[in-house]
Formats: sequence, C-alpha cells, structure tokens
Amino acid sequence: MSTESTAPRAQAALPVGRIGQRGRANKGGKGPRYARTGYLFVAPFMIGFTAMFLVPLAYAAWFSLFREQMIGGNVFVGLDNYTRAFTDPQLIAGLGRVALFFLIQVPLMMVLALFFALALDSALLRLSRTIRLAIFMPYAVPSVVAALMWGFLYGPDFGPLAQLADRIGAAAPDFLGADLMLGSIANIVTWEFTGYNMILLYAALRAIPTELYEAAAVDGAGPWRTAWSIKIPLLRPAIVLCMVFSVIGSFQLFNEPSIMRTLAPNVIVADYTPNLYAYNLAFVGQEYNYAAAVSFVLGFVIMAGSYLFMLATNRRSRS
Amino acid sequence: MNPRFRRRTGLGAALASPLAFAACGRTPVRPPGHVSRAEIDEAMRTPTELDFWTWVPGIEKQVALFEEAYPAITVDVTNAAQGAGHYAKIRTALRAGRGAPDVAQIEYEMVPAFTITDHLLDLRPYGAGELESQFVDWVWAQVSGKSGEVWAIPQDTGPMGMLYRADIFEEHGIEVPATWEAFAEAARALHEADPEVYLTNFPPSQGAFFAGSLWQAGADPFAGSEGADLRVDVTSDAARRVTEFWAGLAAEGVVSTDPDFSDQWYQAANRGKYATWITAAWGPVFLQSTAASTSGKWRAAPLPQWADGEQVAGNWGGSTNGVFNLTRHPIQAAVFAQFINTDPECTKAMATEQFLFPPTKALLEDPEFTGMELEFYGGQRVNEVFAQISETVSPDFQWPPFNDQVRADYGATVGTAIAEGGDAVAALGDWQDRIAEYAEFQGFTVEEAS
Repeated sequence: MSTESTAPRAQAALPVGRIGQRGRANKGGKGPRYARTGYLFVAPFMIGFTAMFLVPLAYAAWFSLFREQMIGGNVFVGLDNYTRAFTDPQLIAGLGRVALFFLIQVPLMMVLALFFALALDSALLRLSRTIRLAIFMPYAVPSVVAALMWGFLYGPDFGPLAQLADRIGAAAPDFLGADLMLGSIANIVTWEFTGYNMILLYAALRAIPTELYEAAAVDGAGPWRTAWSIKIPLLRPAIVLCMVFSVIGSFQLFNEPSIMRTLAPNVIVADYTPNLYAYNLAFVGQEYNYAAAVSFVLGFVIMAGSYLFMLATNRRSRS
Repeated sequence: MNPRFRRRTGLGAALASPLAFAACGRTPVRPPGHVSRAEIDEAMRTPTELDFWTWVPGIEKQVALFEEAYPAITVDVTNAAQGAGHYAKIRTALRAGRGAPDVAQIEYEMVPAFTITDHLLDLRPYGAGELESQFVDWVWAQVSGKSGEVWAIPQDTGPMGMLYRADIFEEHGIEVPATWEAFAEAARALHEADPEVYLTNFPPSQGAFFAGSLWQAGADPFAGSEGADLRVDVTSDAARRVTEFWAGLAAEGVVSTDPDFSDQWYQAANRGKYATWITAAWGPVFLQSTAASTSGKWRAAPLPQWADGEQVAGNWGGSTNGVFNLTRHPIQAAVFAQFINTDPECTKAMATEQFLFPPTKALLEDPEFTGMELEFYGGQRVNEVFAQISETVSPDFQWPPFNDQVRADYGATVGTAIAEGGDAVAALGDWQDRIAEYAEFQGFTVEEAS
C-alpha cells in the first residue's frame, strides 16, 4: 500500500527536477538558442495578443484622455473623463446593481456547483456521466440564446410559466418587473454557469490524492466528514479561482440584460449595468471618449475587487 | 461564470473601435455649384461601382431597374443591420474615413444627425432641387436644409392612423372614436366590459410613436434649432397634453403598456388583447404578416383628434436615401438616389409590391395604388385612407441633431414614468433636463423655452 500511494508523488516530482536542470543549463552556453526557440513558440499568441488586446487597450487609454464634441471638435482633457466617471451617478448606480447581483447570485451558484461536484465525486450516483453532462450542458448554450429562451419563459401573459400559473389559478410573479428583474437575470446566469463551475471543482476534486481519503477512512471519517474536513479545504484554490471568475463575470454583465431589454425596456434602462452603460454611451450618445474612460474605471473596479478578494481569502487561510 | 466571453463584449466594443484610423481616410466632396447635363451624362457612362446600404427588403428590384437604365454602373447592396446597428456601422465607417457606403438608407429622424457632423452631400447641384414638386410638401420639408439644401431623397413615409378590430368594436358597441376624449371613454368602457381586452397598447419605450404623437398634437420641440444652437421644449402644453393623456389611461389600467414588437406584443396582437393599434402607413401590411390569424377583422381609420372636427396627423417612420460626401462618385450616387425614388416603375414597385408607403404625389393619387383592396382589412381600401391622412400631416416638425440620445432619454424618463405609474409630467421636465445637459456637453448653445 505504501508504495502505491507514494508512486504518484515521485512521478509528480520528476518533471520539476528536469525543468530545474534545464534552467541551470540555460545559464550556460546554450542559453540564447533555447530562448529564441521559446519565443518562437509563444510568438503566435503574443502577436495576436498584442494586436488584438494590448494595442487596442493602449489606444483606448489614450483615447479616454480626449473629449470630442459634435460642436467644437476634439480636445485633450487629461483625466476629466475619469473625474466625471467617478462622480457619475449612473455609473455608480450600475456598479451598485452588479455588486448586489454578485452578492446574491454568486454564493448561490457556488453552493450549487460545490454540491453537484461533491455528489458526482462521491461515487454514490449512478449515471454520473449523464448527470454531469446534463448540468454542464447549459454552458454550451450561447448566452444570447439562453437569454432569449428565458425571456420567452418569463413572458407575462403568454409565457409558459404564466400560463401554468393561470391553469392552477394563481398569478405568476412579474419576472420582468422592476422588483424581480435582477433575480430573473441571476437565475439565467446561475443556470448557465453552475455547470461550468461544477466542472472546475470536480476536476480539482479528482486531483486530490486518494491516500488522504484512505487516511481519513482509517481515522473513522464518514463521507460527510470527509467532504467537510478534507475535500472542501483542499478545494479552496479552485473555489477562489471560480470566485475571481465570477467577480469579473458579474461586473461585466452585458449579454443577458442587453437581450432582456427588448422585453422590459423600462426596467432595464441604458445604465442598468456598467458595461451596458459604456456601450450605450458609445453607440447611442456617441460619447466614445467617455465610454472608454468608463470601461477603464470598470476594469479598475474589477481588478481591485479581485485583488481584495484574493487578499481576504489568503489572510483567512494563513490564520 | 465565464469571463472570457463577456470581457470582450462591452469593453472590447468600446475599446477596439477603429476610430484611430480617422486620419488616413478620404476627404469629403466639396459640393460644386452646379453640375452640367454633359458632366452627368459623362459620369453615368463611366464604369463605376456604388455601395448602397439599406435594410429595405426587395430593393434589388429597383437596383436592377437602375442598372438597366445605366449599364455602366454596378450597385452593391448591403444590409448591414436595421436601425441603430445600421447607423452605428455607418458612423464608424465615416469616422474611419473609409468603408462607408456611397448611398445609404436614412430615416427622416436621423437626417439631422448626419448633417450636424457634416457628412451628407447637398444633392441640389445634381438636379435634386427640381424634384420638389413631385413630393408631398411635409415630406420635402423633412429633407430640406435651412438654406434650401436637399439632404436626401424621400423613399417612403409613415403618416399615422389607427387600425382597429371591427369585430371587437361591434361586439361592445364601440364607435370609431373621432376624438381622443371619445377614445379614452371607449377605453374605459371596453376594459370594464372585458378585462382581458384593452382598447390599445401604449408602447412605453417607443420614442418614435411618442414623437409622432407630439407631431399630431402640434408640439414641435426642436423648432428653431440650427447648427450649434439647440432649442428644446418638450414641456410645452401640447407635449403635456399628450403625456397626461397616456399616463392617465395607463394609470387607470385601461390601456396596456407592453413593449411593442416584442414576443409578448406579437402574441397579444394575435390573441385579441388589443382592440386597436395606433400605427403608421407601414402598419397595415406589417400587421397582416404578423397577426395572420386575425385576417378580415381589422379596419383602418384616421387618428382620433385633439379638437373635434379637425383632421391632423403626425408621421412615424419612413426613410430617405442620402449620399455621403466621402463618396468618390458623387454624381453617380446622387443620380442613383434620385432614380430609384422617382422613376415611375421603381416607385410603383415600391408601393405596390414592397408596400412602402409612397411620398410622391403621383402615386398617392394613382387609383391603382389607392384602390388596392386588402383582404386582411375586409376588402377595405386601406391605402386610400392613409393617402388622405398623408395630406393632413403638418409640415412643422423638426428632428434634433442627436435623435438617438433623445430617444434613449425619453425611454428612461417619460416612457418609464408612464409604464411604471410615476409622475409623467415631472418626467417631461427630467427629459428636458437630460437633453439640455447632453447638448451642452456636446458643445451646443442650448435655449430652453421658459
């Protein structure tokens, strides 16, 4: 038994050693040629990344320092657009809304994803492949299609849910009304992304060395105890990763509200989420410069949010 | 949640716009004083390719007729998008200085948005000035500049009228309302008699419908604006009257407030939730294809009036063809825009096959057009009704130079207040403030009515 359980570790350790050796060899005579080969390997990505990401980003940053008016032309305004953004009630309200969305939707989705991942990993389920696929499937549906589909389901008079409620003599809640809209969108997003997060967590669970379970079993831990004391603590890095993705996703909410807007144009207003606001500033109001600044502010908020989140979780894990 | 898809949508859209390349494009055409017949003939014999962006279905028919008349010229038709998407792409191309079409479909309400940025070519030197007498006066006013420029050639219009369900009216003994007052009474009576049915639906975010309603009521909120001077008065008595009317009926719950052209709305129209649709001349054929199950039950009538005995209408929709001054072929583009919208065969096909409501006097008086009996309307001569309405549209209605922003602000203020039961008249003030704030930010000198 002991040889079996140490074997994977030894294997895992091997490549590290090799890389270390090559690293040392690099400092010797062969270095430059190896380095050139390395750069050649990453070149296809770096070219695309520079042309499609870094250059537009730099351009937008430069662009956000100007103000072009219909009357009066283009002037350099320094950080004026940023000053305006930080005091823009429409942007702040949008940020508040997506923050609320994050607080409601993400915990719910993560608990569900964790639950499904643990259930699949427990080996207690039959048809676990089928179930895994079924839960993951919504992620394969493009979010635009998902929003259209859910929009139909939510329909106030003739939507299936409303019809069903009508059959049993109840009034369906107004899913597209101002009170429930954020919840309705959260439901769509949860439906879409629970499977994705579940797969990440499930993959992390499969990577936990089995000897830990064996040791736990020897110590007398049942399945619940194992899940609570071994699996969940070891999933922490994967959970943090999912959470960071979710911070980004929540703050960048765009597709779902943009599609639902045609169904409830007076509930989902132009500044409903910060991304929708930036889009409308650029393409409705033609305030391209300010839209660029708003996009950067949103980017800063997301970076700060992700960083704070990681800082908080790191601290907790240390204590 | 996967950030990879999202990250690029909003941010990327704003960041990656190719405005950077504005410097390397073409320079605009300086409109010549006059282009002689010989120059035009010469140009029309020169092999040329024109780019034409439009979302009008079946426009290939007119393009083919043009190419038959001018074999040297080829026209490439692109349907880039409808409405907002179409304009966003055009603006981007215009700013980039390349890739913009020579000729494009532009709705009347968007013409000033392209003249303020100095992108439209005055078509007078190319003979467009002589076309005035062919078009209905109020339509011509919509494409005319302050100094008599011709910014675009009208293609179709949308004088507003009312389509109603004759069967529902008959069942509940409702007369076709001649005034808005009678309309309101009928709305109350109908909803009381059958709570499932509403006399009409007020589409709360449909700024174009609201603008047409203002037009009918005699409000002309941007009258007198010119160049860098913007006059705005959306809080006039006429505007207030329209707003109070719809807000009142919505608050009483006797008209519904569903967003139009949504799933909900299409289904409701098919299932008889709305007894009327206040629409425009393009509405009858549109409804025919989207509410096919109600064939034979609808009729057309003029709008109810604000004052008894009056006959006044507004306009909702319709398009023009304009030529952008970045074109390399101004003569050919201008001739094309004029040809497809004035050639008798082209315009007749538009009116009778593509069902675009005509802006030309000749067609509005043509018995072959006005005499068409539509089965969907129980054999009624619907075109005749709207041709008569077209004569009652006021020529005084001016669009703002940033109509899309005005629309968005309308939806966020007045539209929302009506739909959600807020103080709609106060919302008019908010709308006014937002417009003024935006205009000032864009460098306009704003003059608000006191």
